[in-house]
Amino acid sequence: MTDVKIKAKDVQVYYGDNHAIKDVSVEIENNTVTAFIGPSGCGKSTFLRCLNRMNDTIDICRVEGTILIDGDDIYDKRVDPVQLRAKVGMVFQKPNPFPKSIYDNIAYGPRIHGMARNKAELDEIVERALRRGAIWDEVKDRLNAPGTGLSGGQQQRLCIARAVATEPEVLLMDEPCSALDPIATAQVEELIDELRQNYAVVIVTHSMQQAARVSQKTAFFHLGNLVEYDDTSKIFTNPEDSRTESYITGRIG
Amino acid sequence: MTDASMDSGPKKGSLTTVDARTKKRNAAEKRFKAYGIVAILIGMFFLVVLAASILRSGLPAFTQAEMKLEFVLSQEEFDAAEGQLLKTKAYEGIFISKLQDALTENGMSVAFDAAAIERLLGKPGSMIREYFRANPDKIGTSVTFSLPASSRVDGYFKGRVSRETVVDSRFFEAKDLDLVDALADAGIIVRNFNWNFITGSDSGVDNPSGAGIGVSVIGSLFMMLVVLVLSLPIGVAASIYLEEFAPQNWFTDLIEVNISNLAAVPSIVFGILGLAVFIQFMHLPQSAPLVGGLVLTLMTLPTIIISTRASLKAVPPSIREAALGVGASKMQTVFHHVLPLAAPGILTGTIIGLAQALGETAPLLLIGMVGFIARAYPEGVVSGFIDPNSAMPAQIYTWAARADAGFYEKAWGGIIILLVFLLTMNIIAIILRRRFERRW
Repeated sequence: MTDVKIKAKDVQVYYGDNHAIKDVSVEIENNTVTAFIGPSGCGKSTFLRCLNRMNDTIDICRVEGTILIDGDDIYDKRVDPVQLRAKVGMVFQKPNPFPKSIYDNIAYGPRIHGMARNKAELDEIVERALRRGAIWDEVKDRLNAPGTGLSGGQQQRLCIARAVATEPEVLLMDEPCSALDPIATAQVEELIDELRQNYAVVIVTHSMQQAARVSQKTAFFHLGNLVEYDDTSKIFTNPEDSRTESYITGRIG
Repeated sequence: MTDASMDSGPKKGSLTTVDARTKKRNAAEKRFKAYGIVAILIGMFFLVVLAASILRSGLPAFTQAEMKLEFVLSQEEFDAAEGQLLKTKAYEGIFISKLQDALTENGMSVAFDAAAIERLLGKPGSMIREYFRANPDKIGTSVTFSLPASSRVDGYFKGRVSRETVVDSRFFEAKDLDLVDALADAGIIVRNFNWNFITGSDSGVDNPSGAGIGVSVIGSLFMMLVVLVLSLPIGVAASIYLEEFAPQNWFTDLIEVNISNLAAVPSIVFGILGLAVFIQFMHLPQSAPLVGGLVLTLMTLPTIIISTRASLKAVPPSIREAALGVGASKMQTVFHHVLPLAAPGILTGTIIGLAQALGETAPLLLIGMVGFIARAYPEGVVSGFIDPNSAMPAQIYTWAARADAGFYEKAWGGIIILLVFLLTMNIIAIILRRRFERRW
């Protein structure tokens, strides 16, 4: 039984005159890690950023088609992108903690959304988020230390904790491990697998091994087209499309 | 494999001998370094020359030759003087006789008359009379009077006036210098620190000794207050809108180009604009710090907008994405994250803009703040803004244009005070930048 969280239909994205995403239709399931793979410039990050309307911040970017989350069209005029982004959290390529304390990094989202009525509740939210980000044990004694003082891997887990602190339902990750070493990557991947219990996770990655390791579903993008979308095991063992096969075997890309 | 490639490659010289090409490159590098050092040395040389000449010409303005005389006025002398027809003349006579006594006490005898004293001091009588009438209890006690010596006497001590160059006139005669020498030997004429120069107000064109810059400092401060209060919020708000909210289209491009152009518009143009708009059209008072501040605000705004936009741009976009990603609105992103990170740059830009405005003279020329003699401190905050006043650079300009050589020295002294203010502002800018600077 599949539980569809995000349903995209005939999505087109234009950067000015450049048609960056062409006719992408995809259904992303709940409690599943969905990986977007493809060569650089194929539009996978662009498509990811459509899912929480992060592309709104780019003036020349235009999105057509429908993207439904729980049946609601997120590009409907009545949808406030700010509210949407609280529901669809995002982790970026480069760890980008605020130049504030670890505590404030996590507490910022809950604060602006009014999720805590008092300090004790906020403390609780921060602890829960840090535990989910699998970084609580490392930082619990220095919550007032600056978040920028952590190592790269810790910073990225802090950013993941920050993203989950607002209790999102979908977690978007744009190459979350590209700036990390193998050990930190392994920690983050483990974390992603745990996060799957509660969220629909969408991860953009350049590493095919990573996609194979963490995801249950994989979408292969090429030149703005969604070439193939299927179970990860199917994509990596028996792809339908020759382009997918060429890419995962390393002949193109 | 390695052996083979080493053998097959063309044999170059040993690593310990430098080939011609490398030599050439090293020489070019050395030459470039030398150019740099020479450029810096030239710059420093001119800086030192500038500082030395300013200090040499300006420091004398901070001292003033004074005649210090201590004497006792008895009740009889007071009554006798008050009984006369020309009362101040009588006091002058008393002063002269006391001075004579003091000289004799020191074993010197120089003949001088009342006219010579008037050439040296002006008219001391009225001041002494005022003092004893105001403080009758001081009669019969020892009182020290400090009277500023005239510009020529002051100049004699500072090397501006000498026996050879002095031209006899009703202001000064060469023989007066004998008296000055005797008084200096007796310790009656001394050079003291001239507080009046720092705190006082401007004087008449023939009295450089009495001129001070204090009132125009106040004028400048009120102007800067107007500039700060107006240009910081307007400038920062405009920059935030242009940088973070405004769409990128031909209209915002046009605004951008115009702001850059405004920054390069000569200040005198802003002055004539201020004259036309603020004084002729809006009928704001002439020569008022309020108008000066408004004009300087117009001039400072482009500077503040440009530097604020630059520091907003310098905040990494990843911080904005992070904030938007957790569901902050655009405004929350700007005010919670971007602005605090840009604050040191904004403050630095603002202070530099203010410092620029502080030293600006040309626009003040057109709104009547130059050439105006500010003789009194403003009575309150409101009058500080709307009463006619001068400003530091305007006061310096006025002094520099006056004939008496004593004012020339005052102009240099005023420049020192102006530079002290500018240096202080720059140091504050550096400290603020250091303190608020954050890394990410």
